[in-house]
Amino acid sequence: MTSSRRQFLGTAASTAFASALSLRGLDAFAAEDKIKVVGIYDLSGGLDIYGKPVVDALRFAAEEINQKGGLLGRQIDFIHYDAQSNMQLYAQFAQQAALKNKPAVVMAGITSASREVVRPVLDRYKTLYFYNNQYEGGVCDGNYFAAGVTPAQTVQKLVPHAIRKWGKKVYIVAADYNYGQIVSSWVKKYAAEAGGQTLAVEFFPLDVTNFGATISKIQAAKPDFVWSALVGGAHMSFYRQWKAANMAGKLPIASTTFAGGNEHIVLSPEECNGILICQNYLQELPGAANQDFVARFHKRYGADYPYITELAMGAYQGFMLWAEGVRRAQSIDRVKVIAALESGVVIDAPSGKVGIDPVTHHCTLDVHIAEVRDRKLNLVESFPQQPPADTAAVCDLRKNPNDAKQYTIKF
Amino acid sequence: MDLAAIFSIEVVGAIATLVLMSIGLAVVFGMMKIINLAHGEFMMLGGYVAILATNRFGVPIWLSMLVLAPLVTGLFGVLVERLLVRHLYGRMIDTMLATWGLSLALVGIATMVFGNTTVGISSPLPGFAIGRFQGSGYTLFVIAVAVAVLAGLWLLFRFTDLGLCARASMQNAAMAAALGANPGRIYTLTFGFGAALSGLGGAVLAPVSGVIPTIGASYIAKAFITVIGGGSAVITGNLAASGLFGAVSQAVTFATTPVFGEVALLVAAVLLIRLLPQGITGRFFKKSI
Amino acid sequence: MTHASSLRSWGLAAAGALCVAGVLLAPQVTDTFALLALTVYLVMAMLALSLAFVWGFGGILCFGQAAFFGLGAYAYAIGAINFGPGVAALLLSVAVPAVFAALLGYFMFYGRISDVYLGVITLAVTLILFNLANSTSGSEYRIGEALLGGFNGIPSIPTLTLPGHDSPLEPEGLFRLVGLLLIAAYVGLRLLLRTRFGQVVVAVRENERRAELLGYDARLHKLLAFALGGAIAGLAGCLYANWGAFVNPGVFSLAQSAQIIIWVIVGGRGTLIGPMIGCVGIQWMVTALGGQQTVDTGLVLGVVLAAFVMLIPRGIAPTVMGWFAPRARPVATGQERVR
Repeated sequence: MTSSRRQFLGTAASTAFASALSLRGLDAFAAEDKIKVVGIYDLSGGLDIYGKPVVDALRFAAEEINQKGGLLGRQIDFIHYDAQSNMQLYAQFAQQAALKNKPAVVMAGITSASREVVRPVLDRYKTLYFYNNQYEGGVCDGNYFAAGVTPAQTVQKLVPHAIRKWGKKVYIVAADYNYGQIVSSWVKKYAAEAGGQTLAVEFFPLDVTNFGATISKIQAAKPDFVWSALVGGAHMSFYRQWKAANMAGKLPIASTTFAGGNEHIVLSPEECNGILICQNYLQELPGAANQDFVARFHKRYGADYPYITELAMGAYQGFMLWAEGVRRAQSIDRVKVIAALESGVVIDAPSGKVGIDPVTHHCTLDVHIAEVRDRKLNLVESFPQQPPADTAAVCDLRKNPNDAKQYTIKF
Repeated sequence: MDLAAIFSIEVVGAIATLVLMSIGLAVVFGMMKIINLAHGEFMMLGGYVAILATNRFGVPIWLSMLVLAPLVTGLFGVLVERLLVRHLYGRMIDTMLATWGLSLALVGIATMVFGNTTVGISSPLPGFAIGRFQGSGYTLFVIAVAVAVLAGLWLLFRFTDLGLCARASMQNAAMAAALGANPGRIYTLTFGFGAALSGLGGAVLAPVSGVIPTIGASYIAKAFITVIGGGSAVITGNLAASGLFGAVSQAVTFATTPVFGEVALLVAAVLLIRLLPQGITGRFFKKSI
Repeated sequence: MTHASSLRSWGLAAAGALCVAGVLLAPQVTDTFALLALTVYLVMAMLALSLAFVWGFGGILCFGQAAFFGLGAYAYAIGAINFGPGVAALLLSVAVPAVFAALLGYFMFYGRISDVYLGVITLAVTLILFNLANSTSGSEYRIGEALLGGFNGIPSIPTLTLPGHDSPLEPEGLFRLVGLLLIAAYVGLRLLLRTRFGQVVVAVRENERRAELLGYDARLHKLLAFALGGAIAGLAGCLYANWGAFVNPGVFSLAQSAQIIIWVIVGGRGTLIGPMIGCVGIQWMVTALGGQQTVDTGLVLGVVLAAFVMLIPRGIAPTVMGWFAPRARPVATGQERVR
């Protein structure tokens, strides 16, 4: 007859086994002279279209540095976790990175949701954190560096350009989460400043694929152009249904999120020709530095690599900025590296000059307006060295170096 | 007036989309009283077959959507039936769980094989105009396919020997076996046929919804709810449930946002099952196919 | 009480005491990371326990147990932000899902819904909550001081501060709290299943009509069992919000509901301890798989689930116990051995 003693032993044994396995810190005994860098991104689940190029770019950056002799003479060990588009795993892997791997820096998170899960964990366990893609701005945290663009850099340039080119009335369709909400507010603001008018804003959760009703509503409203802040694989259906309803080419679209997930490759040219985007990086940027980078990247990953996205370049730049900080500090100690990064690190990246602004820990970078044409992004206009003005309005890490929260920029 | 016309077409389109999403599952449920939770992934498979055939191998889009996708998915369905479902006859919950496991595995395989960037196919049909409004020509095509599928199924069940055996097995499997029908073969064919219909649905919806490995998840919940809401009659139940849910969902979407449209569909389903626990055809249209 | 059952009671008490000692001492011997990982595994084990009770013993196939988990997590977050992270917020996180489960249960059981139709309704309910939670990202969606946050959810949730202390729980304290609550829930359910109420719940699962013919109100018993399961799931949600300091609509998702069902199937439906073990094992496996790139996690999970359904249909715990205790004599129908 079974007794609860056996069950207890069974439970205890399995729990102990599980914890012993997770306790096994093999890394603790690993080669002491490797510098660890941890990446936590989504390689499966709904957000993997963004995650994979980012991880590829980080691995490429680590290998590049290693081939040139490493950082401070030590090789870089790039460890990465697949968070599978799951917030619980983001939290667990952030804890695992900070407490077990103890890396010199963690690069993690695509969406703001994942960033805000990871950031408090890394703050608490004192691990340096780089967040490398475009977002809504406003995070003010001494332990955090943002290598991506924010709306004051891209939206501010594209809205007046679109109004000048197409007309004053804009209809906004956006992803329904805080990034989409905030970008829509910025578009409304800049449209008003340029003499334009926002007819309506519609929000769509990330898994919506049915845009038929919306397309009819847009036609009823008669805007001059549509602003899209749609994000993710499911939202690509908007462009498909747009073309199916014969609207492609009839009503122009502007977006700062399009192309971040290879939309211009996945969709057919008829579905997206003519869309104007504004990003920090385009694979097609002229200039020797970029051509060289693309050639090396293709050598590593194959010439049929779909596209080097802006998020991938953001990750590469973030990595290079951190490496430069380490060189300046001559150490991987977190406090020393932060001080070095705050001393004004500037690098020559394939996208142009990228420099860390010490007051906000965000980056000053070039932005480019481009037109989507036949699966390529053709450069239209460049704006060099845009400062992170939106975050600067709410964040001053010189005055409050211990600040650690995200502010909503009010205007 | 024009907007009303476009709106009506959108509603019928939504109903047709629901029909195509759930008819495969309905055939299998109606016949074998099992729920195949890998149905969403069969649709995904159909979508990928259509896309790959058109883009990589240059097969004309109509052929790959309407012939190749159902064929490949149907064969895959036969395979699944032989290997997995056959051992779980009569155990509805266990079949649901085993096919759920299959669906997770298929999503994993698709992610590994196709990865995150797969080129899609765009709608091969031009739009049309009603007054100053543009409608999607593809919506009309989806409606046409849904009608054709339902009509074809009805003809199959009503006028062919196979359909007769199928209906008999649905009513009373033991009796049908005693009269000489081979239940094992019928079940295999039915499951394969249901899978083929799922593949067709996925392929036809590919130009508007796109195909990513996780697209099955957005189909399965609605298909499952529509099939249970419809009850055990395959065609009538499916049509009735799709009609109700599709209309409610699209109307609310027009009035508000797609989110509330989804919520309205789910609320309608909850209320329907509460009032008619055996589905619509458990109470109305009882004797229909 | 017979000799055998009093032996079982002592066995249960002894095991319980040992577990409590283990939970209290564990933080001394493990490092912070292992503690944090164990905490979330135990929180999920509590969630598995709730479905194990509702499904394994109540016979209610609930596809939407994640709904109560999510409601508990959100209720705690909103309570903690508005009233402070004290006992009030914790009680709120148990009460809200329990009341919701009671209402939903009334709607379902008093309408004589059962089997797969129940599954559909519970699935639809959790998806409704998911869709609603996802659409609250504007700044106008707030309850008191707490912004609901839509897809992003609510970040920076204050951690519980126990009465009598003036600082919030540290990882060690949280682990102890989670462990003790889990043991209390498990022991509580075991004892409940021995009472009249518990026996009737099981009888209803075995044969509802027979139980009704014997004079018991099956609908009421199912409703109470369902509400209790919801309460335990809600408590798990509250502890989850404390562990991660965040909550987002993912707690209501189809994927989360699926996970819970997989734990119960793998661990063993019909036992209480099995799903807990299955949960910890699968959680650990999913985490371990995230650190490698060769095989997709979903693929492994799917194969595991299908294999268990086909080959080990009773789950781990009953199969393992079957090895240790071949039945000496047949068990009379209607009698259920509570594990």
